[in-house]
Amino acid sequence: MASPGEADANISHVEKKKKPPVRYWQETQGKTKDDNKAEGQKDQQKKQQIQREKKRKRDEQLGGGKKVISGKSDPFPGPAPIPKDKLEKFKRKGKIQKPHQQHYKLKDIITRSEEASEMAQKQAARFDLLLPEDAGFLEGDEDEDTCMISQEDIADAVDITSGTKYFNLKLCQFGPYRLDYSRTGRHLLLGGRRGHVACVDWQSKQLMCELNVMESVNDVKWLHTEHMFAVAQKKWLYIYDSNGIELHCIRKFNDVLRMQFLPYHFLLATASATGFLQYLDVSVGKEVAAICTKTGRLDVMCQNPHNAVIHLGHPNGTVTLWSPSQKEALVKMLCHQGGVRSVTVDKTGLYMITSGMDKKMKVFDIRAFKPLRSYFLPTGASCLSLSQRGLLSAATGDIVQVYRDVWSTPVTKPYMAHRVRGSVWGLGFCPFEDVLGVGHGEGFTSMLVPGAGEPNFDGLDANPYRSAKQRQEWEVKALLEKIQPELITLDPSELSHVDRTTFEQRHQDRVEALGFDPLGKEKFVPKHKKKGRSSAAGIERRKRKVAHEDQRDVIRKTVEDRMKLQEERNKMKEKKAA
Amino acid sequence: MKVKVLSRNPDDYVRETKHDIQRVPRNYDPSLHPFEVGREYTRALNATKLERVFAKPFLASLDGHRDGVNCLAKHPQSLSTLLSGSCDGEVKVWNLTKHECVRTLQAHEGFVRGMVVRYCGTSFFTIGDDKTIKHWKMEAPGYGEEEEPLNTVLGKAVFTGLDHHQKNAVFATCGHQVDIWDEQRSTPIRSFTWGVDSFSSVRFNPVETELLGSCASDRSIVLYDMRESTPLKKVIMTMRTNTISWNPMEAYYFTCANEDYNLYTYDMRHLENPVKVHVDHVSAVLDVDYSPTGREFVSASFDKTIRIFPKDSASSREVYHTKRMQHVICVKWSADSKYILSGSDEMNIRLWKANAAEKLGVLSPREKQAIHYSQKLKEKFQHHPQIKRIARHRHLPKVIHHQKNELRVMKEARRRNTGEKNDGNPPRPPFKGELAIWAGAREK
Repeated sequence: MASPGEADANISHVEKKKKPPVRYWQETQGKTKDDNKAEGQKDQQKKQQIQREKKRKRDEQLGGGKKVISGKSDPFPGPAPIPKDKLEKFKRKGKIQKPHQQHYKLKDIITRSEEASEMAQKQAARFDLLLPEDAGFLEGDEDEDTCMISQEDIADAVDITSGTKYFNLKLCQFGPYRLDYSRTGRHLLLGGRRGHVACVDWQSKQLMCELNVMESVNDVKWLHTEHMFAVAQKKWLYIYDSNGIELHCIRKFNDVLRMQFLPYHFLLATASATGFLQYLDVSVGKEVAAICTKTGRLDVMCQNPHNAVIHLGHPNGTVTLWSPSQKEALVKMLCHQGGVRSVTVDKTGLYMITSGMDKKMKVFDIRAFKPLRSYFLPTGASCLSLSQRGLLSAATGDIVQVYRDVWSTPVTKPYMAHRVRGSVWGLGFCPFEDVLGVGHGEGFTSMLVPGAGEPNFDGLDANPYRSAKQRQEWEVKALLEKIQPELITLDPSELSHVDRTTFEQRHQDRVEALGFDPLGKEKFVPKHKKKGRSSAAGIERRKRKVAHEDQRDVIRKTVEDRMKLQEERNKMKEKKAA
Repeated sequence: MKVKVLSRNPDDYVRETKHDIQRVPRNYDPSLHPFEVGREYTRALNATKLERVFAKPFLASLDGHRDGVNCLAKHPQSLSTLLSGSCDGEVKVWNLTKHECVRTLQAHEGFVRGMVVRYCGTSFFTIGDDKTIKHWKMEAPGYGEEEEPLNTVLGKAVFTGLDHHQKNAVFATCGHQVDIWDEQRSTPIRSFTWGVDSFSSVRFNPVETELLGSCASDRSIVLYDMRESTPLKKVIMTMRTNTISWNPMEAYYFTCANEDYNLYTYDMRHLENPVKVHVDHVSAVLDVDYSPTGREFVSASFDKTIRIFPKDSASSREVYHTKRMQHVICVKWSADSKYILSGSDEMNIRLWKANAAEKLGVLSPREKQAIHYSQKLKEKFQHHPQIKRIARHRHLPKVIHHQKNELRVMKEARRRNTGEKNDGNPPRPPFKGELAIWAGAREK
């Protein structure tokens, strides 16, 4: 099952033998020509022999050592090649930097773990070929613009099941609607401003529950499964069952305007009109953190799916990043000149897209906190949403525009556009489907956006076709793997890094307690040797050798550091040029 | 225009009948599985906690002896047979699967000092305080027959230790000197002395079968080669060694159980410094036995506990104790490396699991996979402080806990005064007065 060793591609024909230094008693450069020739011939013969042996060995290796009766050889020797981009997709951290003098056990452990990691990366890249589905696409004819193609045309052109995914729900009575799709993409939750809450299995159009909560509804959110959802009503936060039964009324969470559910931490983050950001652990039902943000009314909120950090947008143009373990914002970024109207982050946690009152839409690199692009929208986007494959939907008034590839190439025109009946109040892409849900003043519209959804889902994570038994098993496993809220940081893999600061602190304490450095290098005392090798000169020579080795280590380290700095500088230059 | 919208055929994703297994398509894309490290850490934490929950090592207690159990012997061919000798001269043969005694015989008057089963498994030898070596049949006597040894050899002085060669019909005893006996003769074929008046135990090397090691009362360990006429090497330590045990996988390593609460692993080629010092017991270590894998060993101590050490670690990975178990005199690791047998002062032999949380019996492939996965997770995250704290936690009886703290304080004080690091590695260069070696000396 493991991939066999790959054939050595770079065998040099010439053996790199280190020549011993020439001694004064050996023959100098003025050798006789005959001697030279004879020696040269001998050398040549030797080299040829070595070449032939190596070639034979290589051919044998490539052939797998098998001798076919017909004499033919494998035209594609070795294991199947893997495309590099696929290999990069599965790469985690780079190779570990090995210190020079290390214990043989540590060397062994590092080598083995690196080998296993490489093998896993290759296997995952190979498995990528077997994925069953392909992503959707929309290509216009030569003179046709894709943004001019209407939804009805698309619905007619595709098959019946896909055609039914484009539909309108006319719900004029109960106000503009906010929506949420469940994690598997199967179920849709609608919440109207005037109190109408409904949950539907939107693909089979089966209504799960419908109720009017008799209060204004600010936001609705699914919890971890399609069996519970949270409704932020006028005063307090309510949790309902999918049959419409009220399960909890949480009075501690008051005046909630926006909610986000962090699925791997089982945390419901709520932003209130009084400036409080509160986290509720829905598995045990406790409030994990209540942070007073002191920035006024919070009505722009989104989560970073890569590291579970909450992004809040403020009327003074800043976007702040929050984690439940800290009372202060992790990062504060000034994004727009006016207020921030909407924020969204992509699933890899690399790009953040914000839109503001200054009618601009900006793309930021959220790992380096640098602005990448800035677009001007004549009317400004009130809602933003990113799909799983990187399509951005922006709502301006009652028109919804979809843009493709916003961060890599500068975008001039939208990929698709659609006009809905009322002014847009909520946007959301359906996971694993090429569908965008729009909640507006006249109800709900589901529009087709080819290429939006991730075609291949993972059956063990979010499986739209799971049975009840599978869902129960998944729920138990997910609850067991629930990550503690203290581990929410900007870099989610921080737990795998070596904690050097604590080690250094502890080392300092130990040195103070013991009075000497237990890990310090002992002074080199050369061993006393017999047969006259321990004369003063000999001892000095050995000491100098060790001192030179130490010096060489220091030099090597400084050179490496300098090379790294140089590389970084070059990269920055390249980025600036690009 | 060309358009394709994602549409899946449910027949490809849902099983056909309820008798099939569910279809689970996989996509290993890392962006679909965020928080890898956090989730794995949580799983590792759960796995460590569950290991502590399921750690129930005690299996059975073999009851029947009427005096303290002095020595145990493993049967080389049968995993379910155990022989034990007690302080009143009784030898019992046990069936470990049924936890019952199969045969009892009165072997000696006085202590049974040592027992060993011959490599073929058909007979065994015992030595006792009545200065005899007796050779018995493994088969129980038939109806009406009396228990008679095959052979009895009378010696001049009390024998204190016994061990049999791996392949040849030769065994070694120790008492005043170390004797090599041929089974057919009634006098030893060779005797080794080195100015010592008594030896406490002798062991054959299981790999290099001609080598022997013995523990002498002058606090030394003496190594012999059966083919030579004089002993090979000697190392003298601060306190007396009770037993040694050779590593069955590495030919030159042996571990000795010392009276100064420690165990020392030596490389027989370099006896100046021990390879490792194993520190964890709070009283004299009485017996030690290696696992057949050669990676771990178990030690029995006067402080009523049994400890399992990895071969290259200074601290134990496991400690077994019970209120009812008093001073543990002898311990053996079963030949399938799964069980540990301990014989103690209160006339009981106890059967323990070597891995306390292991599930015994036949495991289904899914169980095995889950166990392997948890093992790997625990190994990966073993250095994180929370996980280390839970994995290391063992309950100790109050006496032993207090004694350990006291010893730690004493060691810290000593270290502060002398400034030496004591992390299980021997001091380099060796401290004068603590170790001394006579290598290759041929003087008697």
